[in-house]
Amino acid sequence: MLQYTVRRLVSIIPVMLIVSVIVFLIVHLTPGNPAYLILGEDSSPEAIEQLEAQLGLDKPMVMQFFDWIKNIFTGDLGQSIYSSEPVTQVIMERVGPTFSLMMMSMALTLLIAIPTAIFVVWRRNTVLDPLFTSASLVGASIPEFWFAMLLVLGLGVAIPIFPVAGYVPIAEGFFTWFYHLILPAFVLAAVEIGLIARMLRDGMLEAVNQDYTKTARAKGVKESIVLMKHVFSNALIPTTTVIGVTVAGLLGGTVIIETIFTIPGIGQLLIDSIHRRDYPVIQGVVLFIAAIYVVINLLVDLLYAFLDPRIRYD
Amino acid sequence: MLEVKQLKTQIDTNEGVVKAVDGVSFTVEAGQTVGIVGESGSGKSVLAHSIMQLNPVPPTFYPEGEIIFEGKNLLNLSERELRKIRGNEIAMIFQDPMSSLNPVFKIGDQLVEAVLTHQKMSRQDARARAVELLTDVGIPDPERRMNDYPHQFSGGMRQRVLIAIALACNPKLLIADEPTTALDVTIQAQILELMRDIQKKYGTAIIMITHDLGVVSQMADKVLVMYSGRIVEEGSVEDIFYRPSMPYTWSLLRSLPRLDAEAHERLINIEGQPPNLVSPPKGCNFHPRCPFSTEQCLEVDPELTVRGDGHFAACILSGQEFDSEKKRMEFADKKGVPQ
Ligand SMILES: Nc1ncnc2c1ncn2[C@@H]1O[C@H](COP(=O)(O)OP(=O)(O)OP(=O)(O)O)[C@@H](O)[C@H]1O
Ligand code: SF4
Ligand SMILES: [Mg+2]
Repeated sequence: MLQYTVRRLVSIIPVMLIVSVIVFLIVHLTPGNPAYLILGEDSSPEAIEQLEAQLGLDKPMVMQFFDWIKNIFTGDLGQSIYSSEPVTQVIMERVGPTFSLMMMSMALTLLIAIPTAIFVVWRRNTVLDPLFTSASLVGASIPEFWFAMLLVLGLGVAIPIFPVAGYVPIAEGFFTWFYHLILPAFVLAAVEIGLIARMLRDGMLEAVNQDYTKTARAKGVKESIVLMKHVFSNALIPTTTVIGVTVAGLLGGTVIIETIFTIPGIGQLLIDSIHRRDYPVIQGVVLFIAAIYVVINLLVDLLYAFLDPRIRYD
Repeated sequence: MLEVKQLKTQIDTNEGVVKAVDGVSFTVEAGQTVGIVGESGSGKSVLAHSIMQLNPVPPTFYPEGEIIFEGKNLLNLSERELRKIRGNEIAMIFQDPMSSLNPVFKIGDQLVEAVLTHQKMSRQDARARAVELLTDVGIPDPERRMNDYPHQFSGGMRQRVLIAIALACNPKLLIADEPTTALDVTIQAQILELMRDIQKKYGTAIIMITHDLGVVSQMADKVLVMYSGRIVEEGSVEDIFYRPSMPYTWSLLRSLPRLDAEAHERLINIEGQPPNLVSPPKGCNFHPRCPFSTEQCLEVDPELTVRGDGHFAACILSGQEFDSEKKRMEFADKKGVPQ
């Protein structure tokens, strides 16, 4: 297991290298000159040339790439063209809100999806099951931004229970932090709740008539415990993969949600930097998101082995 | 100890109501081994699950009958009362040991669960009891194996673990639904031997379900022959093997290869298909396949009638009639005349 973990960690390096090449190319091949944007349309060609030299934009692209890669290995992602701060610092300042948002929506997803799935399977012979199946389908097909707007209008404007925008760090009080995040986190979770509850329900319905479930019932174990222990733990295994994909999907979702709810997170930083053609920051953020994605995948694989004793990687 | 009276178990399906158990009656005395034989699909498993009330409800339902266990009708008990009996007074082992243990829990924990479900004791004591059970069923190095997962055990060893789970609370009745079918021959013999030992040691009554007549002949005090949800013959091992009194039992025996054949080849194979249990044939259920059937068999649905001491059979032919028919058939067989 340890060996496997180390091997997987090492395999991250080539993946990240490929990602960085792609990121670099995408950003540098899109038209638009950052020097123009910084100095304004009607600045003199000399001034622009000077700034390009200062930013290293006049060097051949290959050189720019190798500079960038070299610096990454020393932990230096360059400087923001816009604010002149180091990119790592700019990213770190935005990590808190994004992670808070993701954690909260993941927690919401699991807290709602798991009991729902168990309950639906418990009442599997009633009208509840087809009702649930359609509901989860609707949940999974709702566009995030539309649902966000709806909630903002409903619970932020019409009945102003929740704040519609802004972010308060957890350091300024758990409750205000929670209060500001709950609405965006719920929007972000909405799609995933349906998906995960559905996966769990399918897995549990399959496990519910398996022989080992019969053995548990024949022991005299309570049906509720049979479902929560024997059936659930088996259904969790296939669901884990989906949960991994979900967490990664949340990362993408934050870009939209942070913009709608004006949360100063990584997603908003990415959008702002694209508007500003702030190459170093764009590259840094995409690289950072890719790294998180890869790490989450690794964690899911390890979790998989932990949940299913039949899987041994060595 | 157990008395099943006119039990009917039916299953609602898209094709209609499956009459899986159709008016079955029998008794099991303390310490006795009752063998139930019959082809695949004759309703043996549904019957076994009915006793434990383990058929999923719905689609299964019990329109008629009683299952009296120690004076209580199991069909009238609440789920709570049933749980006190399941695993505690009546235990069950299933056909496929490969899939009957939960793959994600350690063997030890699955045993401890069986112990703690019915007995109040500390976890530590329950573990000690679990080790004792594993020793009882002949698992080497039980202390260490407690921490293994099911996939680390062979099929035979898993069946031993399942027997240990079934024995956790010293049940009075053990229902074994084809406990050896999925195992290879030498392991089969070991498991049967283990079950005999356990019965001797604890006086457990056993219902042994199988389609292997060899298993029945080794184990049973009393044999029930099942056909399309009914019992068509009941008697001692000698009655069934030497004095079969109705055509189905007789065909079963004739379909047996010689005794020197491998045990797993001693499976039942009779010409024709088992009847559709949604709309069974009119009259005697067996008539479409019965070599002795007459006009009358299309009309009359034969009841079990006495054929000897503790020997019953369901056929319109009397013992004498059946004997002479049988002789004619065997004679024709020898001369190679088609039936
Ligand atoms: N859940 C179910 N839904 C529909 N029909 C069922 C169901 N379970 C059993 N049956 C039907 O009930 C009948 C009896 O099945 P059962 O499993 O008891 O047979 P069996 O004698 O145990 O056979 P085998 O030797 O193959 O185990 C069969 O015709 C089967 O098709
Ligand atoms: S009643 Fe008729 S059909 Fe049925 S077993 Fe007897 S002889 Fe055969
Ligand atoms: Mg069966």
